[in-house]
Amino acid sequence: MSKKTTLRIGGGAGFSGDRLEPAVDLVSRGNLDYLILECLAERTIALAQRRKLQDPEAGFDPLLERRMELLLPALVEHRVRLVTNFGAANPEAAARRVQAIARRLGLSVTVAAVSGDDVLDQLRPDLPTLETGRPLADYPGIISANAYLGVDAILPALAAGADIVVTGRVADPSLVLAPLMYHFGWSPDDVTRLGQGTVVGHLLECGAQVCGGYFLDANRKQVPDPAHIGYPIAEVEADGAATLTKLPATGGRIDLRTVKEQLLYEVIDPFAYLTPDVAADFSTVSLQQMATDEVHVSGGGGAPRPDRLKVSVGYRAGYRGEGEISYAGPGAVDRARLAGQIIRERLQPDVPDLRIDLVGVDSVNLGGAAPTTDKECRLRIAGHASDAALAGRVGEEVEALYTNGPFGGGGARKSVTEVIGIVSVLLDRKLIEPKLSLYRP
Amino acid sequence: MKLYDIAHSRAGDKGDTLTLSLIPYAGEDYQRLLREVTADRVAHHLRHNVRGEVKRYELPKLQALLFVCERALHGGVTTSLVSDAHGKCMSGVLLDMDLP
Repeated sequence: MSKKTTLRIGGGAGFSGDRLEPAVDLVSRGNLDYLILECLAERTIALAQRRKLQDPEAGFDPLLERRMELLLPALVEHRVRLVTNFGAANPEAAARRVQAIARRLGLSVTVAAVSGDDVLDQLRPDLPTLETGRPLADYPGIISANAYLGVDAILPALAAGADIVVTGRVADPSLVLAPLMYHFGWSPDDVTRLGQGTVVGHLLECGAQVCGGYFLDANRKQVPDPAHIGYPIAEVEADGAATLTKLPATGGRIDLRTVKEQLLYEVIDPFAYLTPDVAADFSTVSLQQMATDEVHVSGGGGAPRPDRLKVSVGYRAGYRGEGEISYAGPGAVDRARLAGQIIRERLQPDVPDLRIDLVGVDSVNLGGAAPTTDKECRLRIAGHASDAALAGRVGEEVEALYTNGPFGGGGARKSVTEVIGIVSVLLDRKLIEPKLSLYRP
Repeated sequence: MKLYDIAHSRAGDKGDTLTLSLIPYAGEDYQRLLREVTADRVAHHLRHNVRGEVKRYELPKLQALLFVCERALHGGVTTSLVSDAHGKCMSGVLLDMDLP
């Protein structure tokens, strides 16, 4: 592999619940060197932390078992290394589980766990949160704090020869940048290549979203066979320039439009996209369509990495109670509105933090105009409360509209969810020490 | 004419911040978007949802615009009471904007 002039990396998952089979297809037919699976949203790790508190061998991705049973045989057969953040709150337990699945399947792999992102015991109450500027002390009930680690946490695992690298919280593009740095020997000071590598990582990290996923429109944007979108492959050159493509006989499309949408996705400063590795410059990126479903990506730049790392802090934020009910026919919207007024009156003053939506009228676009004809309308009410029983009253009151509310209400549903809020703080990276654990066959 | 007729968009979220890309189907429409889709106009169009500043990034090499809207997600994805807490649907709302 070290003689190859390009590196082929596949993006096999863009979130925890993503489709399972595209990654297997990528490994089986993609002639890959590496596969990445991105499975960790901001709040996912806080929820996983709570499962770990109840069971020390829990707290990793709930789909780990199913994904690895499908993937491991293909990874071993085609000698593809896997880098994934599905370790969530417990990379060590995740790595042990992967090793156990490998043994059960009679496969020999070395699994690495990368941790050190858990910095709960390093939080200080005076740290200001990035969202509001208020100190952490204003957020009681903190349950997790995970720093975004970067390539410096992943590279030792690759150097140790791990076939499978399981991390907790790392910046998503670092899952791709680390193999690139390892293979091509890029220096951590080579900010231009690190920036371009981060561009490639950002394009791969959301799975199908660069291949026509989350792109389709009935009128303006066609995507072939959207039920079977092929996930992305980046064939990366020694300077970081890459050709994005996908497997033959898969659905989806890769063109300048799909790549631009993904390049700018969730970017709050395209001139300085901050990761633990680099401040990447996306504004200089140059895109070129080479052939059908083949786009060449080059020109990304960068400036030195930040001195402080972002830390996601999870805290208990009470409970959300929800209830929904439908109305149809003449006056449906007005009846839904009346029902909402009844609920508001019933829940005063116990649940003052209440939101009333007329779905199809104003639940998304708050300034939306009322429709001129009534076909149907679904009332949705959500309320916030400090305890579950109080939150539950929202749905109970909506359900009681059956016998007490406007005529013709139907299809009532109710739910109560514990709310885990997330705020962010910055910590000096010198305080954060990545750890590596190896699990050999 | 709507923005939808000449451009496409994807929404993203970070905390209480909403990002909206705006990409013309035809390269020659980039100048038109630059002229007509100012940060002020977007802020006005989204005034019922976005309570903070709207900043526009111009990306001539990519022929795309990026709008970064602060205080746009009802306090943030994790604690908001709205049904689309991520603001994913706001790309469609942006494309509903009228063009002169």
